[in-house]
Amino acid sequence: MRALNRKLLRDLWRLRGQVLAIAMVVASGVAVLVMSVSAIEALEETAQAYYERYRFADVFAGLKRAPQRLAHRIEAIPGVQAVETRITKLAMLDIPGFDEPVIGQLVSIPERGTPVLNQLALREGRFVAPGRVDEVVLSEPFAEEHGLRPGDHLKAIMNGNKRTLEVVGIALSPEFVYAIAPGALMPDDLRFGVLWIGREALEAAYDLDGAFNDVSLSLLRGAQVETVIERLDQLLDRYGGIGAIARADQVSNWFLMNEIEQLKTAATILPVIFLAVAAFLTNMVLARLIAAERSEIGLFKAFGYGNAWIGWHYVKMVVAMTAVGIVIGWGVGALFGRLNTEIYAEFYRFPFLYYRPGPAAFAIGAVVSLGASLVGTIGAVRQAATLPPAEAMRPPAPPVYERTWLSATWLGRWLDQPTRIILRQISRWPVRSALTSTGIALSVGVMVMANQWTDSINHIIQVYFYEAQRHHMAVGLVEAQSSTAVHEFERMPAVLAVEPMRIVSVDFSKGTRKHRGSLAGMVPVTRFNLIYDVSGQVIQVPPGGLVLGTKLAEKLGVGVGDEVFVEILEGRRPARPVRVVRLFETYIGMPAYIDIRVLEDLLRERPSVEYVNLLIDEAAEKELFAKLKDLPEVSAVMLRRAAVDTFRKTMAETLLIYIGFFSAFAVALGFGVVYNSARIALSERGRELATLRVLGFSRMETSYILLGEVGLLVCAGLPLGCLAGGGLAWMITTAFETELYRIPLVVEASTYGTAVLVALVATVISAALVRRRLDRLDLIAVLKTRE
Amino acid sequence: MTFSSKAQDPVDRPRVTLRAEALTKIYRTGEVEVQALRGVDLELFERELVVLLGASGSGKSTLLNILGGLDVPSSGRVFFDGTDITASEESALTRFRRDHVGFVFQFYNLIPSLTARENVALVTEIAAHPMAPDEALEMVGLGERLDHFPAQLSGGEQQRVAIARAIAKRPNILLCDEPTGALDSATGILVLEALEQVNREIGTTTAVITHNTVIGDMADRVVRLADGRIVQITANPRRRPACELAW
Ligand SMILES: Nc1ncnc2c1ncn2[C@@H]1O[C@H](COP(=O)(O)OP(=O)(O)O)[C@@H](O)[C@H]1O
Ligand SMILES: [Mg+2]
Repeated sequence: MRALNRKLLRDLWRLRGQVLAIAMVVASGVAVLVMSVSAIEALEETAQAYYERYRFADVFAGLKRAPQRLAHRIEAIPGVQAVETRITKLAMLDIPGFDEPVIGQLVSIPERGTPVLNQLALREGRFVAPGRVDEVVLSEPFAEEHGLRPGDHLKAIMNGNKRTLEVVGIALSPEFVYAIAPGALMPDDLRFGVLWIGREALEAAYDLDGAFNDVSLSLLRGAQVETVIERLDQLLDRYGGIGAIARADQVSNWFLMNEIEQLKTAATILPVIFLAVAAFLTNMVLARLIAAERSEIGLFKAFGYGNAWIGWHYVKMVVAMTAVGIVIGWGVGALFGRLNTEIYAEFYRFPFLYYRPGPAAFAIGAVVSLGASLVGTIGAVRQAATLPPAEAMRPPAPPVYERTWLSATWLGRWLDQPTRIILRQISRWPVRSALTSTGIALSVGVMVMANQWTDSINHIIQVYFYEAQRHHMAVGLVEAQSSTAVHEFERMPAVLAVEPMRIVSVDFSKGTRKHRGSLAGMVPVTRFNLIYDVSGQVIQVPPGGLVLGTKLAEKLGVGVGDEVFVEILEGRRPARPVRVVRLFETYIGMPAYIDIRVLEDLLRERPSVEYVNLLIDEAAEKELFAKLKDLPEVSAVMLRRAAVDTFRKTMAETLLIYIGFFSAFAVALGFGVVYNSARIALSERGRELATLRVLGFSRMETSYILLGEVGLLVCAGLPLGCLAGGGLAWMITTAFETELYRIPLVVEASTYGTAVLVALVATVISAALVRRRLDRLDLIAVLKTRE
Repeated sequence: MTFSSKAQDPVDRPRVTLRAEALTKIYRTGEVEVQALRGVDLELFERELVVLLGASGSGKSTLLNILGGLDVPSSGRVFFDGTDITASEESALTRFRRDHVGFVFQFYNLIPSLTARENVALVTEIAAHPMAPDEALEMVGLGERLDHFPAQLSGGEQQRVAIARAIAKRPNILLCDEPTGALDSATGILVLEALEQVNREIGTTTAVITHNTVIGDMADRVVRLADGRIVQITANPRRRPACELAW
C-alpha cells in the first residue's frame, strides 16, 4: 500500500472522533431525506396497491331506492367496467359498556361470493353466512377500539327496530381507510364504525327487496370520469340520486390523499432544507479541517508532490469521511423510513405494506453531501497549495493584534488575560467565527422549525375547537326534520341550549373552476358556531350571500361581490348563482356558509334542521347519551372533546411522529457542529495552549481559553438560530398548504427554549469531550514537534 | 562507492549545480515590511559541502528555501543546471523538488502517523531513481528502527530519518536547515556524520545551515550571512571529519 494511503487510513483512525461527528452531520442530512422520501413513496405505493388489490371503485353514488335491474343500464354506460350495487344505511348502535351514542355505517355484502368492487380484507373470523340475518363483519379499527371479537354481540337500531347482531368477522376495506361519520371532520373509530351485513338481511330490514340505494363503479382505462358521472346522475335522478362522486372526492380517499399530500409536503420541504443545512455545515467543517492541514500540504509540496496529487489525497480523505456519513445515513434513513412506514401503515390500517425504497433519495443524498464536502475541501486545499511550500509549512503568520478598545477602555483593564485571548482570537478570525456561529444558528434553526409544528397544531386546536365552537356536541339527523325538532332537543336531559344548522352537499363553480364541498346554513346570530377569522375576528353571516373561506375563494378564483354558481346536490337539486359577500381566513378545510333561511329558500323547503348544536351540562351527559341512543333519527353524534382527541391523534400519529424523527436528527446535527468546532479549535491551537500550560496556566484556564471561545460563539449563534428558526418555520408554513389544512405560523417561547437548551447541552457534552483531550495534552510532545 | 549519474566535467573545475543571482526577498505582513535578503549571489558546486553561518534572522532559511524552490524571491534568479527555476512553471518546480532536491528541516517534519520506513517511502514512491527506504535508513544508522513511529524515536533519530528521507531519492542537492539545532552535541554529531557520509558516498551537493561556527570546519566552504547579505566566503583547505568536532 502506498505510504500516502497508509497515512490516510491512520489519520482517519486518529481523527475518528471528528470523523464520527462529521459523519453524524452528513448522516443526519442523508437519513432525513431517505427516511422522508422512502416513507412517502412506500405510503403512496401501498395505498395504490391496496386500492388495486381490493378493487376500490372509481365512482360512487348514493340514491333513495332503485330496482336492481337498473344495474344493467348503469353497466351499459360507456367506459364502465364493473358495477356493484349495495344497500347502505346509518344506524344508532348500542355497544355493551359504552355510554356514548355510536353510529354505525351499515354496508351490504353478498352472502355468497365476494363483492365485485370494494372488497374486504378479512383480518379475523369469516364473512357472513347465507341465511343468517344477524351476522355482522366489523371494521377492524372500530372493533379494536371497543375490544369486540368474533363471537361478541352488539345492538343496532335498524329501521326503528333494535336488533342484536353477532360479530363473525373483522375486516378492512379500501373504502374506509378513514371511517368518517357523515358531517364529521375527523375519523373517530370509537364513535363511528363500519358494519358489513348480508345483502338479504339489509333488504329485509329496510324493505328494499330487489332494490339498492348505493352504487359503485369501476371504469375502463381511459374512460372519462366526468362523462360517466354525468350519465350516471341522469340515470339516478329519478331514483333520488344525490350526485355521484369520483374516487378523488370519496371521503376516505380524499382524506387519505390529503394526508399523504400533507406528509409529502413535509417530507419534501423539511429534508431539502435539512440537507442543505447539513451540506453547508459539512462544507464549513471540512474546509476548516483541511485548512488546519496546511503545513502538511506544504511538506508534501516540498517533497515534490504536485497539486493534483495533494488535492486527490485530501479528496480521498473527505470522501472517506463523508462516505461513512452517507452509509450511516442510508442505513439509518432506510431503517427509520421503514419504521415510519410501519407507523403509517398501522395508522392507516393497510392490510399489507410495501417498503421498497427507490434509488433516487439515496443518490440525491449522497451526491449533495459529497458535493458539499468536495467543494469545501478543494477550496481549502487550493488555498493551502497556492502558497509557496515554505510559507505553507510555517504555522500561519502570527496574526497582527492591534491595540483596540479592548486594551484601551476600562472594560479591557478589567478583563483577565485568558478572556482577552478569547476576544482577540474571535476578532482576529471574524469570518471563521461568524461561520461557526452560523453553523450553530442553522442547527438551532432546524430544531425550531421542527418543533414549531406542535405549536401550530395546538394553536389550531385552540382556535378551531375551543374558540370557534362553543357547543359541546353536534347531533346529525338522518333526514332534515321540521324545525320543531329543535324544541324536542331543548327538552332533553342535560341540554342547556340548542342551535340548528343545515349542511348540504354542493357543487360550487365559477367558469371552469369547480369544487364539490359542503355549504353550511347558519342561524343569523349564532352563539355556538362562531365563524372565526384567523385574526380572531368573529364574522356574522349576512343575509343573502355566501361567506367563503379564502382557500375556497382562491380555488374558485372569486372575490367579494363575485357570483358563484351553487348547485345543491339534494332535494330538488336547485342551482343558481349566489353572490359572495364575505371572505375569511381559516386553518382547516374549505368552508362555505350561508344564512339558513336563504338556504331553505333555495331548497324551497319549510324551515328544517339536519344538525343541532348542543350546549350541555357535561356532568349529566350520560342521561342525554342514553336518550340519544334510542332515537332512530339520529345519524351522527359529534363530541367536541372527541373531535379534539381525534384531531390530535390524526396529526400526532402521522405528522408529529415524523417531526419527532426529524428533531432527533436536528439534535445530531447540532451536536456534530459544536463538537467539530471545538475539536478543530483544539487542533489549531494545541501548541499555543500547551505553551500556556508550560508558562504556568492551569488546566482550568487553558480549557477556558479554548472552550470559552467555542461557548461565546455558541452564545452568539443562539439568537441567530432563533431568528433562522422563525424564518425557516415561515418558509415551511407558507409552502405547506393542503385543501384540508393551513398551518399557522406560531412559535412558542418554549420551542425556542428547547432548541437553545439542546444546543447548550450539545455544547456542554462536546466541551466535556474536548476538555478530556485538553487535559491529556502532552506538553513536551506538542512543544517539540512542529506539526 | 556510488557515483552521481552525471558525467565528470572534462576540465578539472567543479561544475556549478545551483547558482543564485541577485536574490532579494521582502516579507510583507500588513504594514510591516522585512527585507530578509538584500542581493545575494552564490554558486553551489557539484559534490561540495557548504555551511551557511549567520546570526538568527540573517536570512539563512530564506535563502535556502528559495534555493530549493520552496519559496519565491522578490527579485533575482536561481539556476539549476542552467535552467532558471524562478521562471519555471509550477509543474516544473514540482518536478525539480521531486527529482533533484532533498530537504532536512530543523524540526524534522516527519509525518507522525507513518513509521520511519513509510516516511521515507513517501518520497521514494514518487522519485525517479530512488534507493530502497531500508537502504537509506541503513545509511544513517537506523537499520534497526524501520518500523518505529516518530513518537517512538529520539530527536536525533528523528532527524536521521529526515535525512534518510531527503537522500533516498538520490538528490543532486541536499538542503539542511539547522539539522542539529534541536539536538545535543553528541546527537548532533551523529547527524552530521550521516550528512557527511551521504555527501561523500552519493556526491550530493550539500548545504547546511547552522549558527554554530564549529560546524563550519567540516565544510568545503563556509558562507557567512549578516542582515540579508553574504559578508564572507571562506574555503577550508581541509574538511574536518564530523566526528572530530566538539561544542
Ligand atoms: N514569513 C515571514 N514573514 C515575515 N517575516 C519573515 C518571515 N520569514 C522570515 N521573516 C524575517 O526575515 C528575516 C530572515 O529570516 P530567516 O531567513 O528565517 O532568518 P534565519 O533563518 O537566518 O534565522 C527575519 O528578520 C525574519 O523575521
Ligand atoms: Mg532559520
